[in-house]
Amino acid sequence: MNKSDVLIIGAGAVGCALARELSKYNLSVTVVDKNDDVGGDASKSNSGLFSTSATMPVGTLECRLRTIAHSMIMNVCKELDVPVIECGSIAPILYPDQLETAKGLTERAFQNGVYDYEILPAKDILELEPTLNPEILGGIYSPRDRQANQFIFVSALAENAAENGVEFVLDCPVTGMDVKDGKIYAVHTPKGDFSATWVINAAGLHCDEISDMVGECDFKINPRKGEFYVFSHDTPVKVSHIISSVPSPKTRGVLVIPTVDNNMLVGPTADDVEDKTDVKTTSGGLASIKAQALNMVPGLRFEDTITQFVGVRAARTPEGYDIRFSEKVPGFIGISGVRSTGLTASIGIAFYVVHGMKEAGLELVRKEGWKRTRKGIVRFADATDAEKDALIAENPLYGKIVCRCEQVTEAEILQAINRPVGAKTMDAIKRRVRAGMGRCQGGFCGPTVIEILARELGIPEEEVRKRGSKAFMLDK
Amino acid sequence: MKDFSYPVVVVGGGPAGMAAAISAKENGAEKVLVIERENRLGGILKQCIHAGFGLQYFGEELSGPEYAERFAVKAKEAGIEFMLDTTALEIREQTLVCVNTTGVLHINFGALVLAMGCRERTRANLVIPGSRAAGIYSAGTAQKLINIYGHKVGKEVVILGSGDIGMIMARRLTLGGAKVKAVVEIMPYLAGLARNKAQCLDDFDIPLLLSHTVVDITGVDRVESVTIAPVDENRKPIMEKAEVIDCDTILLSVGLIPENELTRSADVTLSGITKGAVVNQYKQTDKPYIFACGNVLHVNDLVDHVSHESEDAGKYAAMYAAGKLPTVDQIEVAPGEGVRYVCPQKASPADMPIDLYFRTAAPGRNTTLTVSDDNGVLITKKLLVTTPGTIEKMTIPADKAKNISGKIVVTAVHKEA
Repeated sequence: MNKSDVLIIGAGAVGCALARELSKYNLSVTVVDKNDDVGGDASKSNSGLFSTSATMPVGTLECRLRTIAHSMIMNVCKELDVPVIECGSIAPILYPDQLETAKGLTERAFQNGVYDYEILPAKDILELEPTLNPEILGGIYSPRDRQANQFIFVSALAENAAENGVEFVLDCPVTGMDVKDGKIYAVHTPKGDFSATWVINAAGLHCDEISDMVGECDFKINPRKGEFYVFSHDTPVKVSHIISSVPSPKTRGVLVIPTVDNNMLVGPTADDVEDKTDVKTTSGGLASIKAQALNMVPGLRFEDTITQFVGVRAARTPEGYDIRFSEKVPGFIGISGVRSTGLTASIGIAFYVVHGMKEAGLELVRKEGWKRTRKGIVRFADATDAEKDALIAENPLYGKIVCRCEQVTEAEILQAINRPVGAKTMDAIKRRVRAGMGRCQGGFCGPTVIEILARELGIPEEEVRKRGSKAFMLDK
Repeated sequence: MKDFSYPVVVVGGGPAGMAAAISAKENGAEKVLVIERENRLGGILKQCIHAGFGLQYFGEELSGPEYAERFAVKAKEAGIEFMLDTTALEIREQTLVCVNTTGVLHINFGALVLAMGCRERTRANLVIPGSRAAGIYSAGTAQKLINIYGHKVGKEVVILGSGDIGMIMARRLTLGGAKVKAVVEIMPYLAGLARNKAQCLDDFDIPLLLSHTVVDITGVDRVESVTIAPVDENRKPIMEKAEVIDCDTILLSVGLIPENELTRSADVTLSGITKGAVVNQYKQTDKPYIFACGNVLHVNDLVDHVSHESEDAGKYAAMYAAGKLPTVDQIEVAPGEGVRYVCPQKASPADMPIDLYFRTAAPGRNTTLTVSDDNGVLITKKLLVTTPGTIEKMTIPADKAKNISGKIVVTAVHKEA
């Protein structure tokens, strides 16, 4: 039995933000996740936006937590060395009836405290973003919407939490719980049983299944599928702001997003599906994104896309964030309804939950020597010649380029594998250091990365996986 | 930073780079340096263990490694210098910035020959929908895993695209014990060479499905099946006729793209059709000190062509470095009816034969190939069969090349489709 003060189920943005927040105190904290890597499902396959709460329903928990989180997130990213671009966003107004919607949205933004969310005339919008359709009637400009590398954001939270004593147990799905008389006696997993004074359900897409295990599930998670295109660095027409459709209540619609890594993202669709594991791209979905995006940014060159992917968001019925300290099972905390806003809101949720635990009687004693900062893996590709020379002098493997498309060196790949909560699979390496994320999609570096992973993990090459526990790269 | 200086520097130690380097040395370059990112010379030929190389160049049939070895030996004898395990990062005017485990290298050159080869088109380039499970490889990556690393990639395989590497891998996988269930080609004709269909598919009873495409891929962890459908004349899949094939592996052989990211850093003009540099008959780009050859210039069908073309590039690079390459006004060389592209895209009148390499736009029979300029027809050639998978070569003889003027146009007119 693995015993701890707090057990967090789910290592996505929310679980990892909580882990880091709890690591500040003298508590034993364990995080379990069914995946082979932190970063969850919805937390990795999204657009990496840190947006304001301008268009959120006024006064909701989601709106409050996101507003609070948005004000803190740049500082957190600075502490954890997470790359962010402060690009701002523009929602072009293409049709006269969108003008009314836009006015309503600015009213709401004002109520939400986002005063710099403004409607600008077409001329000003086109000056800010010349790639837009010249026929626009105007646009909404929101200067504090940001884009971050969401993989690094979540893995940085986890890495920092681990450095501060949090234990991560991955490849470890929760399969059931022993619950009797309002107490959780054991949380079952294939890696053995866990028990804790506090059990936090941060399982995102699967939070209904976890809550159901303690008999606390009065809601349903509806998987909502979103397809995306990723563009090559050298596509000729690139946006410098996040371009979004004038949002509707359900979704922000299709976006064209500049990213910290200089790969535009275009998407998502929003299709309700049955299967939480349905991450298949579809011709119909991709075609609809293309049409909507071209309507806003006519010059986009879709032949320059280097990959397409699907993220499944955890939409909730009934809608809305729900953070619940169980009365029936004291010590169980359920977090549900955290949709795409959760990447930003995770930081707010963490503070909110920990505060609630304190209110409920948990004694929080600050840990001595808590490490506030984390340094990212230094990227060879971004360094100057002199910096490269210095990196190589210290570690010659910085002179060994493995992924030629993204100029990723063996030194970076080794750090991705060997850091706390390190990469165990091809996809986990790709997310941390971008090997295989370029134009050839791992065609050239794949065989070398398989070799490095096998060597570092001490396993045969046939055991190397793309992701998870069964997606083997080679035939045994 | 370490500084070096060479009259001629070649990027890439594959067949193109080696041929260019040897030729540069033979044509007077005092010192020639080849930059190679892998730890051995030979480029992609190292993994091409099948036969079929060298029939034109050596008059005998060799395997890829054998073909490469002949050039490697010759290059070493010629005193070419090599930097292996060294990656070229950027071209800054007449300096090539490279890196290896000793640090950043600044290599100054008189002339630079680009011979970086090409990469494979990916599934994403074609926007093939479906799962992103493990077991989807480009044919060349699978070839490397099998022939260089000694791995197996899968048991039941479907190959998308009838490019040469795809067909060669169909045979290789079959010989290795895998079952290749089909080779699926969206076009109504073969993408690769006819001889590869005969030797790699027909001889092993591997079905070739023309005018078919992949419409779905399933599998959460590893690929479990692929759905294929015939396409109509607009290449739109006919979904009612879709069919599921169980398999654990999908290989893609759907085209090659010249790897010109380094070229872009030098601001060299690229062709939208070949995706390689725009060059003249000297293989010289619009940055006069930069030359290009092999698959980085345009994707070739036979390595023999690459060797010849690259020898030209090396020779003229050496001449440029010595200040002996003439600079004259250039005229355009353009594809006309029935021709997809011509390389070079520019030429200048000179007392030398000018080789034109080109691909036809569609397959046909009883084809007349014609090269003309503003004064009329320069040369013609008749062929029984032409296909876009084959590179055609025609040479304007020196006596005519002296007087070319206006614009050179190459056409291919089929009597029968």
